[in-house]
Amino acid sequence: MKLTGAKILVESLKKEGVEVIFGYPGGVVLPIFDVLYDSSIRFILVRHEQGAAHAADGYARATGKTGVCLATSGPGATNLVTGIATAYMDSIPMVAITGQVKTSLIGNDAFQEADVTGITRPITKHNYLVKNVEDLSLIIKEAFHIASTGRPGPVVVDLPVDIQMQETEFRYPAAVHMRGYKPTLFGHPGQIKKAAREIGRSKRPIIYAGGGVIISGASGELIELAEKIEAPVTTTLMGLGGFPQTHRLSLGMLGMHGTASANHSIMESDLIIAVGARFDDRVTGRLDAFAPNAKVIHIDIDPASVSKNVEVDIPIVGDAKNILVELNKAVKKPDTAEWLKKVNEWRKHHPLRYNDSETKIKPQYVIEQIYEATKGDAIICTEVGQNQMWTAQFYKFTTPRSFISSGGLGTMGYGFPAAIGAKLGCPGKPVFDIAGDGSIQMNIQELATAVINRIPVKVAILNNGFLGMVRQWQELFYGKRYSSTYLSHDVPDFVKLAEAYGAAGMRITKKHEVRPAIEKAMKIDNVVFMDFIVEEEENVFPMVPSGEAINKMIMVGSLA
Amino acid sequence: MRHIISALVENKSGVLARIAGLFSARGFNIDSLTVGETEDPTVSRMTIVVRGDDRTLEQVKKQLNKLIDIISVRDLTKKGFIDRELLLFKISVGQDTRQKAANYLEKNHARVLHSTSNTLTVEFVGDQEHVLKLLEGLSDYGVKDMVRTGRIALAKE
Repeated sequence: MKLTGAKILVESLKKEGVEVIFGYPGGVVLPIFDVLYDSSIRFILVRHEQGAAHAADGYARATGKTGVCLATSGPGATNLVTGIATAYMDSIPMVAITGQVKTSLIGNDAFQEADVTGITRPITKHNYLVKNVEDLSLIIKEAFHIASTGRPGPVVVDLPVDIQMQETEFRYPAAVHMRGYKPTLFGHPGQIKKAAREIGRSKRPIIYAGGGVIISGASGELIELAEKIEAPVTTTLMGLGGFPQTHRLSLGMLGMHGTASANHSIMESDLIIAVGARFDDRVTGRLDAFAPNAKVIHIDIDPASVSKNVEVDIPIVGDAKNILVELNKAVKKPDTAEWLKKVNEWRKHHPLRYNDSETKIKPQYVIEQIYEATKGDAIICTEVGQNQMWTAQFYKFTTPRSFISSGGLGTMGYGFPAAIGAKLGCPGKPVFDIAGDGSIQMNIQELATAVINRIPVKVAILNNGFLGMVRQWQELFYGKRYSSTYLSHDVPDFVKLAEAYGAAGMRITKKHEVRPAIEKAMKIDNVVFMDFIVEEEENVFPMVPSGEAINKMIMVGSLA
Repeated sequence: MRHIISALVENKSGVLARIAGLFSARGFNIDSLTVGETEDPTVSRMTIVVRGDDRTLEQVKKQLNKLIDIISVRDLTKKGFIDRELLLFKISVGQDTRQKAANYLEKNHARVLHSTSNTLTVEFVGDQEHVLKLLEGLSDYGVKDMVRTGRIALAKE
């Protein structure tokens, strides 16, 4: 049977198991929206295309499935760009479909025309401009395959309006064959053997785990490895939840705002076992001072991540889970008793802490209370800045896909739409967005999306009236000259704003109101904005100044 | 150090833009880049001359390999290879220098394709060593226009 391009697109999405699309209509995607009008795929109409991209991303992070977003040509597509770049930096499987002007007009500066494949080339794993309707089903098949396999990432399919209307025979390909794309899935047995030998010889090993552990579903194997070799485990921001932070071997996060025990341990280690992490500058600090005595085993599916920043002694390219299964069979336990004693001393002497107040609300206290109220069993999204770092420090993540945050790109405005996507993917779980008063305003229009579609996410705004993280840098490194970082203490009125959209709003100004407010919010079957008026000039510590070695930390109270 | 990268790529629109974009985004320096069809019309071969230390080159190769439309990447530098470059150039000659120039070109296996009363248009094909040698000697004459194809190369095995 012959189908139109628009119909082929939607049928292909069904074949890929797509349940929900986030998007916004426009002139050159009308044929697609006409098909979606009575399709079984749920369509979530956002209020800004950036929200669609982040929601698809949040859905993907929460479920492990590929997120899908859809926008029109020109401004619709360019509004997706920040969301696509966010997904690219954090290796999130996403397929973004954009309308394009008709093929005869491409290159003519037509109304709402933008060179979308050109614009998105450096921020996608791959992209397509569909020129023949006959190619469409294969392109969709390839797009989902590329997005979700190997090191995942976003794929853009730019679909001209005339192609959407042309007809052809629809056959969905059963398999794809791309001679230029064959990710390595299994580690080289010789390299695994070498790694096992090195681990057996080590005296001060540390496991450094990143987002790759979560993507590959290797959390169980990682715990097994840590327990088998009795090595402490630190995770990156993206790796939070990949190893339970309540585990006796967990050191929490490392890096610029990592724990002192994690930073000291990796610096003093003699062997780093990196799993699905990429030695980002926020993790290593000053590169030439990083872990000077450590050999490095690096397990990663992306060969280009190996020896990019830190010279690796034993690279093992492949899927983290497959490799850890084999490594666990091969390793023998080294004697780490002395080492663990030292690590535990660091942990004992430098726990994460903050100076609590009897009356004022400390932002860290709010996060601890959310942790307790949810019993650690919620999906926590964050925005970017202090809210994100405090969440990483004070919420104890124990399961994969429970922490959702823009790590690589650091996109303010990410958390709220991502929470909407996560809640749609996991309706049975409480979903929070821990926000700052700056970030939440970057995609606040999605209140309408959440309320209208009955997606009851809970937003905890840590309202200090400032762009807190930038203010912190100004305080520490620019002589407290708060240039353009003060926002306002009363504009907007977040409670009234929430209510204007039909959501519930609460303002919390006293410490003793914090816990009851969170519990009340969890019982309300609606979107809730909790406006926590918190200590203004609270800082995130420990902090490694930019360009310093990561054991040169500013600790709580060390400046006083 | 200069390296010669030989890449087989899908013969599709946009592939050159992907590669050029990758080099500029990651700050790699290209000396020259050539592209043309191979014996298989669906595959093109790119020969890229790039400068950098071993570590940079390792990244260049890995990043190129990540592109979906790239089928394979080889660094020919450390293996045996044959390379050629084609030069077309015009030199100024007067009555007194014409014969001397013609002799120099002939000695270096360069071919005069066209001549006018005051110019010679010349073709030269050679490997880098010979190209450099020819260019050195040409500085005695006024080179007016020059176009170079960039190097192409094949591994010996």
